[in-house]
Amino acid sequence: MLEATNLGCVRGDRRLFKGVNFSLTPGTFLQLQGPNGSGKTSLLRIICGLLAQAEGEIQWQGANISSLGDEYFTAVTYVGHRNGVKDELSALENLRVSNALNGIEITEAKARAVLKTMGLAGRESLPARFLSEGQRRRVALARLIVCNTTLWLLDEVLTSLDRAAIALVRSLIDEHLSNGGMAIVATHQELELSAVSSLLLELAT
Amino acid sequence: MLRWIVWRDLILAWRRRADVLSTLFFFVIVVSLFPLGIGPETQLLRSIAPGVVWVAALLASMLSLGRLFANDYQDGTLEQLLLTPQPLYFIVLGKVLAQWLVAEIPLVLIAPLLGVQFDLSKETLLVLFVSLLLGTPVLSLIGSIGAALTVGLRGSGVLISLLVLPLYIPVLIFGAGAVDASIMGLNPQPNLSLLGAVTVLSLIFAPWATSAALRISLE
Repeated sequence: MLEATNLGCVRGDRRLFKGVNFSLTPGTFLQLQGPNGSGKTSLLRIICGLLAQAEGEIQWQGANISSLGDEYFTAVTYVGHRNGVKDELSALENLRVSNALNGIEITEAKARAVLKTMGLAGRESLPARFLSEGQRRRVALARLIVCNTTLWLLDEVLTSLDRAAIALVRSLIDEHLSNGGMAIVATHQELELSAVSSLLLELAT
Repeated sequence: MLRWIVWRDLILAWRRRADVLSTLFFFVIVVSLFPLGIGPETQLLRSIAPGVVWVAALLASMLSLGRLFANDYQDGTLEQLLLTPQPLYFIVLGKVLAQWLVAEIPLVLIAPLLGVQFDLSKETLLVLFVSLLLGTPVLSLIGSIGAALTVGLRGSGVLISLLVLPLYIPVLIFGAGAVDASIMGLNPQPNLSLLGAVTVLSLIFAPWATSAALRISLE
């Protein structure tokens, strides 16, 4: 369970938001909305621990995330604006290295199968710099299939994806939620998930 | 885990060979300019050799340090590295180790060859080699702190130099001192021991400082 109480964020000398409260139980989906610059990315980065909040507290399974340290990261997968895909490595290498660093070593056959699911069959061995923006995003999202984490934090992941890929991401999130996972997604689009409990958090400027 | 991060950075370096070679050529050219500029005065060349080679090594390491975290920062892999369940200390250590293997080891290997231009004896060339082998890890380790502090900033190259070069002074003194001692027929071991001590200390503390700096830079 993830619980945020009275979160506030200040960037530079500008206050982005304050008094943000929510709590996520297994199987819950939280959609973040708000105009550009309202702090969606900052909120996600605070939740994954990359950014320190100005005030408030985030608790994961009852413990403050700053005291959990590396243990918290075994439960979290974050896909941000920047894909985290190395241009010089192939899709296959990107997937295998990023998972290995998260403690999950997968075989080449398994990685190929995952990339095929993501619609990248035949492109596995190309250096990522030859892939289109949407394809690179697919490589980044392929981590979601392997990662085996409880909390997904997805920041505008649908940009530059085509319709088929959006449907794929939707089904991935649906499956994740039905397995008791949680997801926080910042997006302007309607995801139309079949999730039983979904929340909407609207940040204002 | 250390294995994966080192493997990853070595593959990346191999696929961007030009970057590595430019550092090496910079080192070779800078060291070779001195004998050409000064002329065949063997006594003078011999006495400036330790300082010239070591200063060139410090400057060459500046060229590669800017890339240590900058590329990972730009494509978002750096924030992913921070979010792995591995201690950041070991990730930094892995990256620094890869950087040392790629950027510093070639300089260490070619330095004895360049030393011949300065009319150094066989024993002195060996001391030069050993001092660089012992001292260059410090350049990578301390340099990584500067690279982490300036990641994401514009014009970070100059800033790294200003931050890091003063911290290199002990390495320069002990490293060049060892070679100097050997030229004058003295025992280079005290200098080499001190150099080794600096290496061990920075091996313990630098990755820790770099980790903290990375967390600050990525906020």
